[in-house]
Formats: sequence, C-alpha cells, structure tokens
Amino acid sequence: MEIRRRGVLVTGASRGLGAALSRALAREGARVVLMARGSGDLEKVVADIRREGGEAHGLVADIGAKDDIYRIAGAAAALVGALDLVVHNASTLGPTPLKPLLDTECEDLVRVLDVNLVGPFRLTKAVAGGMAVRGRGLVVNVTSDASISAYPTWGAYGVSKAALDHLARIWAAELAESGVRFLTVDPGEMDTVMHADAMPEADRTTLADPAAVADRIVDIVRHAEQIPSGARIEAASWRRALEQAS
Amino acid sequence: MNPASASTARDRRLLHLDPRSGELRDRYVRDLEHLVRPGDVVVVNDAATLPASFAGRTADGKALEVRLAGANEDGTWSAALLGPGDWRQRTEDRPAPPALPAGTHIAFGPGLSARVTAVSSLSPRLVTLAFASAGSTLWSALYRLGRPVQYSYLRAPLALWDVQTFFASRPWAFEPASAGLALSARAMDGLRGAGAIVASVTHAAGLSSTGDPAIDAALPLPERYDVPAATALAVLAARARGGRVLAVGTTVVRALEGAAADGGGRLEAGTGWTAIRIDAGFHPRIVDALFTGLHQRGETHFELLRAFAPDEALKAALDHAGHEGYLSHEFGDAMVVI
Repeated sequence: MEIRRRGVLVTGASRGLGAALSRALAREGARVVLMARGSGDLEKVVADIRREGGEAHGLVADIGAKDDIYRIAGAAAALVGALDLVVHNASTLGPTPLKPLLDTECEDLVRVLDVNLVGPFRLTKAVAGGMAVRGRGLVVNVTSDASISAYPTWGAYGVSKAALDHLARIWAAELAESGVRFLTVDPGEMDTVMHADAMPEADRTTLADPAAVADRIVDIVRHAEQIPSGARIEAASWRRALEQAS
Repeated sequence: MNPASASTARDRRLLHLDPRSGELRDRYVRDLEHLVRPGDVVVVNDAATLPASFAGRTADGKALEVRLAGANEDGTWSAALLGPGDWRQRTEDRPAPPALPAGTHIAFGPGLSARVTAVSSLSPRLVTLAFASAGSTLWSALYRLGRPVQYSYLRAPLALWDVQTFFASRPWAFEPASAGLALSARAMDGLRGAGAIVASVTHAAGLSSTGDPAIDAALPLPERYDVPAATALAVLAARARGGRVLAVGTTVVRALEGAAADGGGRLEAGTGWTAIRIDAGFHPRIVDALFTGLHQRGETHFELLRAFAPDEALKAALDHAGHEGYLSHEFGDAMVVI
C-alpha cells in the first residue's frame, strides 16, 4: 500500500521494534501516531521523528485498558486523519522471569490476554469498520514463533499470540471483500528490552537490530496487496516465500 | 453495549414508508437489504462522536457544563454553555449558566483550559472557545476529561463506545449521527449482497438541543462536511444509471445536499461548512431516499423528513410508529422513506 500521507497508528511505540517501525514509517512520509503506556521514552521518539522532518504524535494509553480504546482511536484520527494502517506491536510477556503454567497466576494470564489479544481486538473493532466503508486499510499484528512452538514457560504469551494469529485469519475471512487486509508478521528474535527480559542469558550479537526488522516490515506494508490477507509471514523470509508461491 | 438502550439487545424495528403510495410496512432493520436494488448507493456518515461535554469552572469558581458544538477552521470551537447539573436533568430544566464575557478563562481539569474569545449575538450561551493546548496534548485531554453528551431519558450514562457507529473514523460529531447506530456490519453486508454500493461522507453532526430556545431555533449551526472523491463518483455514477441514493441519517442529507449547493447544484468532492436547512420546500438534488432514526429531534427533524414524503404520509407514519410502540429516540427504532 501507499504509505505517504497515510494515517498510521503503532502501539508499543516508545522503544524496540515499535519505535523503530514508527521512525521508518515516518521516514516514508506516513503521518504516525505512536502509542505507549509511559510518556518519557515516547516523547523522545516523537521528538526524534520530528527532528528528522517526519510527522509524529504521541498518545499515552494502555492497550489492555478497555476505557482507553475509543480514546486512542478517536484522538489518533483527529490528529492524522482516518487510519489506514494500524500496527499491533505492543505486547507483554507477563511476569518475568517466565514461569511454567503450574506457577502462572490466573490473573497474570488474563492480563497477558488483555494486552496481547483483547486490546488488539478492541482497537481493530474500533477502526476496521471505518476502513471497510472507505474500502481500504491494513492491520498488522506483530507475533512470535512462540505462537506456533510450545516453548516451556512461554505459556501465557504463546497462547495469546496463537490466538492473535488466528484472530487475524478470521478478520481477513470476514472482511475479504472489503479492501481491508490483515497480516501477521513474525519479526524474529531482536535485540530489545523485551527479549532481554525473557532471555537475559541470550547472546545479543546473534539478535537482529530492530531498525533492520522495521525496514523489512515497511517493505511488507508496501507490498501488502501482493500477500494474501490473513497470512502469517516471517519478516526475514517473506519475499522468498512469496516468490515460491507465485 | 449500553444497558440503557433496550433496543441494542434486540432487532431494531424499521418502519418502511413508500413516499409515493403512502404505504406503511412494519419491518426490521435487517430487512433493509430487501428494499435496495442493485446499483443503489447507500451513504453513511463515518464521523466518530466526540466526548463533547465538559464540566468546567471559571476563575471565580462558577461551575458550568460546556458542550462543544462545532470546530472552526481557525482551530477555535463553538460551544454551548449550560448550567451545572448531570445527565439525569433535561437540558431545559438546568439552571442558567453564568454569563461569560470574552476573555473569560474556563478550567476543565488537569491539562485542559480554554478562553472565551467571542460571544454569539444569538445568545450569551453560545460562545467561541480557544483551548490553551493543541495537538496530542489537547486531544489526550479532550478524551480524558470529556464525556459524550447524555440523554435524560436513558437509564444509565452513555460511555464513549455507546455512541460510536461500527464504521466511525474521524471524531467530528458532537452528538452521534444516530441513524448509523442502527446499522450492523451484518446489515451492511446484506446491503452489499443485494448489489448496493456503500459509500461514506464525514459530517460533523451538531448538538440536538441546548436548552436555550434562541440557540435551538437556530440549529443546525454550520456543520463541517467532507465528501470523498470515491463517494462523489459513486453517487454520480449511480444517478447516471438510474440508481437511487439512500442517505443513512439526516446528517448525510445535509452533507450531500450542502456540498451540492456549494457546488452550484453539482455534487463535487471536497470539504466545507454547510448551514443548509432542509424542509418541506427543499427539493433534494442528490438524495432520493432516507433511512433515519425515529428520535424526537423536534421540528428540525420533522421538517427535514418533509423534503422526502408528503405531510399526510409522514403524519400517518409517525402516528403508526407511536401506536405500534416504536422506540423514538437516538438509540431506538428506525424508519426508511424509500
């Protein structure tokens, strides 16, 4: 899809992949709303983007809080116009160090599902109807290989991402004729705070730079019409998969 | 889902009035797909509804309610002032608000304040406001401190999500463009399945009443509209091949007819402000049919309906709706004149 001048919302945008992706989209001329729970890092990223000549606006909100959803959707559309791209990047691991399911509090599972699954559903519900009436739009879910592989101690996170992946497939099926597309992107392992929280012992030199992954996701957004709606793709290898399919 | 609106829990009823024969049929909103023909265009208003109501306080401690009523091109806002009170009171039963001369500061809570920059000649209760902040600071504060305009006939206060259509986008409406609330995604799929084209405008639906007779008599105030190029094309193409244009809500009529009036009779894509009044003497140039709530909007709403059906047929329809127990308010049942 065309990125220039389009209204974009990125959640979890104050650091890591969300910040890098917001920067990359703004560089392409998108009008970007960055959402995060805290204002400190968020305002820094917004200021960076503006310094580079991009358009960016920061909104402080919690994707896991029901009351925040329509506020975010409304304020974002007021700031940059009707949203054409929403990137559900915010997510939580739950308490770290990660725990086996037998040690997982039910309340912690609920909170992980609220942030990683129910929040994105609510926000998509708040924007996708407008996209469908306009006949265009793209919703990108950021996922993880934990949505497919049953890694011990990754239960709450893994099940939330597996459900999010499937939710995108159902959204795509229901809105197949509407011009609104859904993509699920596995960014691979990146050198982020979240990764360090989950796997503090990991060798950081083996991890991808979020900025490089963000560029790949911008490339995916640009070619979204060529990828089947609802598809789950890997940022590192989607081009190869697309070529093999065609 | 708002517990206050009984009709959200059931199928909304739809009163079908054929304006030529005067024939009435009791239907449900889900039947709308049987009333359109391939090639018709159904136009909705995709404005999201703002939390337009704010509790404010002047520097000398006087409390009031401020209801945003319009966004102006220069970044200022039109606003109606109401005396203090809550949603349980009808606006006309509220005490009068304090008089606020130009220059008055109003504080709304942490991070949000405004200055009165002008007072309308219509009424001292209609003012122009300049907020002290802008951009994301302003919008965060508006959404944090504002509440949707409330209706005293409901059993519980409305939350922000109660006043959004499922296709809401830019927050331009000060009260919900309520006809769209009756449409579900399934109903819209049905319309498309029947061969109709769905298109949108954005129209800044204004306040339905302020409790001030001088302001209420002047409603609607000038309202901002945006007719996208795709919608103008779809409407013109439909008309060229004999399809009908069905407006979902009176705000869509004002947007399309206002844009056509601004375009010298021809619908052109673009944005503007319209104060068009549609009544019995108005001959719609663009809109052929109207889907609307049965809400009690007083004279303005009935006047607008008169542009689409003869008075006798309309009166019979409204009598029938009353007799048959149709719910007549923003969250109630619907009527289609087609």
